[in-house]
Amino acid sequence: MIPAAFDYVVPASVDDAVRELHDAGEDAKVLAGGQSLLPVLRMRLAAPSKIIDIGRIPELKGIRDEGDHLVIGAATPHHEVQKNQLVRDHALLIALATETVADPQVRHLGTFGGALAHADPAGDLLAPALALDAVFVVAGMDGRHEIPASEFFVDYFTTALRPGELLLEVKVPKYTGWRAHYEKFNRVAQAWSICGVAAACRVDGGTIAEARVGLTNMSSVPVRARAVEQALVGQQATAEVIKAAASHAVDGTLPTSDGNADAEYREHLAKVLTERAVTAACS
Amino acid sequence: MTAVAEPEVGRARRRKEDARLITGRTRWTDNLTLPGMLHMALLRSPVAHARITSIDADAARKMPGVLAVVTGADIAEEQGSLPCAWPITEDMKAPEAPAMAVGEVNFAGEVVAAVVARSAAEAVDALEAIDVEYDELPVVLDMTEAIADGADLVHPDLGTNKSATWVYDSAEAGSGGAIDDAIAQADVVLERTFRQQRLIPAFMEPRSVLVDPTGEQITVWSATQIPHILKWMISAVTGVPETKVRVIAPDVGGGFGGKLQVTPEEIITFLLARKLGKPVKWTESRSESMQSAHHGRDQIQKITLAASSDGTLKGLKVELLADMGAYLRLVSPGVPILGAFMFNAIYKMDAYRFECTNVFTNKTPTDAYRGAGRPEATFGIERMMDELAAELGRDPIELRQQNWIKHEEFPFTTVAGLTYDSGNYEAATAKALELFGYDALRQEQRERRERGDKVQLGIGVSTYTEMCGLAPSRVLGALRYAAGGWEHASIRMLPTGKVEVITGTSPHGQGHETAWSQIVADRLGVPFEDVEVLHGDTQSSHKGMDSYGSRSLAVGGTALVMAADRVVEKARKLAAHMLECSEDDVEFSGGKLKVRGTDKSTDIQSVALHAHVAHDLPDGMEASLDSEATFDPENFSFPHGTHLCAVEVDTETGQTKIRSYVSVDDVGVVVNPLIVEGQVHGGLAQGIAQALFEEAVHDESGTLTTGTFADYLLPSAADLPSFTTDRTETPATTNPLGAKGVGEAGTIASTPAVVNAIVDAVRHYGVNDIEMPCTPMRVWKAIHTGERAAGGPGDEAGGGLGSIDASGGAQ
Repeated sequence: MIPAAFDYVVPASVDDAVRELHDAGEDAKVLAGGQSLLPVLRMRLAAPSKIIDIGRIPELKGIRDEGDHLVIGAATPHHEVQKNQLVRDHALLIALATETVADPQVRHLGTFGGALAHADPAGDLLAPALALDAVFVVAGMDGRHEIPASEFFVDYFTTALRPGELLLEVKVPKYTGWRAHYEKFNRVAQAWSICGVAAACRVDGGTIAEARVGLTNMSSVPVRARAVEQALVGQQATAEVIKAAASHAVDGTLPTSDGNADAEYREHLAKVLTERAVTAACS
Repeated sequence: MTAVAEPEVGRARRRKEDARLITGRTRWTDNLTLPGMLHMALLRSPVAHARITSIDADAARKMPGVLAVVTGADIAEEQGSLPCAWPITEDMKAPEAPAMAVGEVNFAGEVVAAVVARSAAEAVDALEAIDVEYDELPVVLDMTEAIADGADLVHPDLGTNKSATWVYDSAEAGSGGAIDDAIAQADVVLERTFRQQRLIPAFMEPRSVLVDPTGEQITVWSATQIPHILKWMISAVTGVPETKVRVIAPDVGGGFGGKLQVTPEEIITFLLARKLGKPVKWTESRSESMQSAHHGRDQIQKITLAASSDGTLKGLKVELLADMGAYLRLVSPGVPILGAFMFNAIYKMDAYRFECTNVFTNKTPTDAYRGAGRPEATFGIERMMDELAAELGRDPIELRQQNWIKHEEFPFTTVAGLTYDSGNYEAATAKALELFGYDALRQEQRERRERGDKVQLGIGVSTYTEMCGLAPSRVLGALRYAAGGWEHASIRMLPTGKVEVITGTSPHGQGHETAWSQIVADRLGVPFEDVEVLHGDTQSSHKGMDSYGSRSLAVGGTALVMAADRVVEKARKLAAHMLECSEDDVEFSGGKLKVRGTDKSTDIQSVALHAHVAHDLPDGMEASLDSEATFDPENFSFPHGTHLCAVEVDTETGQTKIRSYVSVDDVGVVVNPLIVEGQVHGGLAQGIAQALFEEAVHDESGTLTTGTFADYLLPSAADLPSFTTDRTETPATTNPLGAKGVGEAGTIASTPAVVNAIVDAVRHYGVNDIEMPCTPMRVWKAIHTGERAAGGPGDEAGGGLGSIDASGGAQ
């Protein structure tokens, strides 16, 4: 299909991009890797009057170490996130979840910030960002500010980004030495998650010292499985403990029903996958 | 002595057409651009059943670049009715099938209006400016409800949703006994109902049509499997004389039966190009293809299998409902009927009855899809054989052995009236069992069951046969099909010694250019590289019946062999003249024509040049070695094989993983083993996908909810195991190549092997069937429903199982 006509601009800096966004009003769309936006345009599910391509702004790309946290540029392709040694050393969960996104072609074009700002509840990066307490740095005409992950995801495809605001980068606290696992459940490799569980644990001498667990596609937004975390922390990492903790996985979820899974099955999956994810993250 | 050249037939040559096909730097229809070419876009109905109360296209006509906006009413006279070439019964009900809807729409996706503009973008933009008002009518979706008394009707003027009922009864046909007797006398009678879900062919290249009306002939390029049939049918539908129509199928990117069609879009493009006097091109989007190109399968199969307590089959009764969708397309009614002769498969039995009722619904029309009728039949019987084995506590392989036709019994006339010329089910099965490690897997299965492993192992068997080489024309006539099943080939011997082969088959990814070159290289003794295969253009390839039904090699390849032999006969005659000997003394071998017992010889290239310059020909000989042949097969060919599948079912999630898959196919003599292996791999992927992934789903309003590849799931290499493929080779006796056909075998055999394996893995939970596709949720629900029904463990919270296939397959 052919998208409806639109104006297209390629700002060279964040300031230019923010100005373009502001001037274009609510009818503009930001193009990063295009892996979600282009299908929507081509199927004419959206017809923005202006596309602002942020793909050539150097400031939005790359990954750097800022002491107690990493900074991942919003327009950094998944492929770079997945291979990056800083990410693997300090935020392994994000690297592992990124490996499961779609297929290699998509991962070379799609971007970390684009996937998060798109806020598809079946997207695989939301739950890890939430579980790891990532912080979203956004810019608007009135300057820059930060939004914690716990406030960033508002509803289906809706974030706390206000009109005219652009996601610049994501700060991820360091979880050096933590183990992690992303358990993705889908029917074919390139498909979205039916359910996914992101788990990161710090195990100290067989005891789970800290645990973070996030759920994919179990509500309109990613869900932090705090009850599971609480049931794990301070316990020995045994099969019984993990199974018992995983039984709390559905607390606070509101799963939908679709052709792949009804709500009951999704709830069941959340428990099974949580058990598996935590087990893998503790071993 | 020079070394004898290695025969081309049997060589695993890489395909010579692949470089251009894979890079896409070739003549796909959409790659073509003609001077002054216009672009067409189509507005499709968003609703499944409605009267069109008004269409306001004024605004669209004023859009930039727009030359014409046309509705069904505008072309009602000239568009005629799309052809259905297979009226399966004398009283078959067939609705008018306009290319563009006139007054009413009967499925979501039906064409309502067309825009022709200077660019494709302008044409698509203008679609949004067309305002159509619909007065919605009751939507008919469920086949069982559709044939109940008082049902809403898709086509009220027909008075029913039943199109036709077609019956084969072995007692009536004289090929066996009466089914009721067999059932009455049987110790065991099993009855099951299976659903063949609706599938979408999902060929790689979307459909595209370009029509140039500016010459004396109107030239139609189309991404079609059937240029010759299309030429005939365009003429039949539009009244334009066949001599004024030229059809070209340039390179075509897959079809799987989905391009065995005379499409509404081809007719509309043709009419509008003619109306405007300029070339017009239409290329569909993927979503458009998913929604409106014909779908496949969609049957409900009620099957009754009768056997004695020792496992001997007595009789088989098959009662089908087949969803035609809203209209009868080219061969829609006949697709389920192609299965009528295959449900009995490789087994001997006393009695057989097949009854199929074709039903109209407000859905996309169905038609041929890889296997066409035979996968449905194979699924039905092979699932039933596993069910019977379970019922009797028998090994499913051993039960099959007991009932199949032994190799020494061929030729064998079956209870469905076909004569299988050859086969060796014992050999294929023995090889498959060995490659699979059957006994070790059975042992592991027992162990996993005993220890209550959360991952259970299942083994599925499919010992299939199919009928290929469509088809003997007299049989097609008896089945009321409107055309013949022969194929044509011709060979041009060029003065430089190069060879042009013209085939009436129409490859769309199969590799005919390579395989046909191999055959001709051997037959004429010319280098492989010197053979060029021409196809798909009705001006050069003037005669043919195209490619479908695994027919190209068995039928078209035979025509080619016949034509080549005629070239050699002419060459022998001319060589005798050149070498001054008797024709009987000319020996032909490896391209050399030699006078027996001497060292006098010439070669076929020299003879071809001699014929061409024609300075010195024997009296009465024409100045040409060129030859042609038309071959009409006496019988079908019958590939067979044994497929074994081992799956691991995660009982906690219901996820199925194929652990190993072994196929041993007997497709007769093989021209190119690499091409055959590719066909098997692709076929397996497609058949496995029916078992596990693919399903066209409509919501209650008749809207397709799986209209993109995000929802309609196709497997990639990541989702499939590494296949173990092997072959046995029992030559077909019905053609000189000994070839049987391989295009559909993998698809036909694999679906039941996978489902049998899944059911086998979880049968001990009280499961005896799982509806396709066997999604994780369906498998999980079947396990847990079965557990609860049996008072088993079931550690899940009880209560509402949800609305989707809640009963799963629990007994």
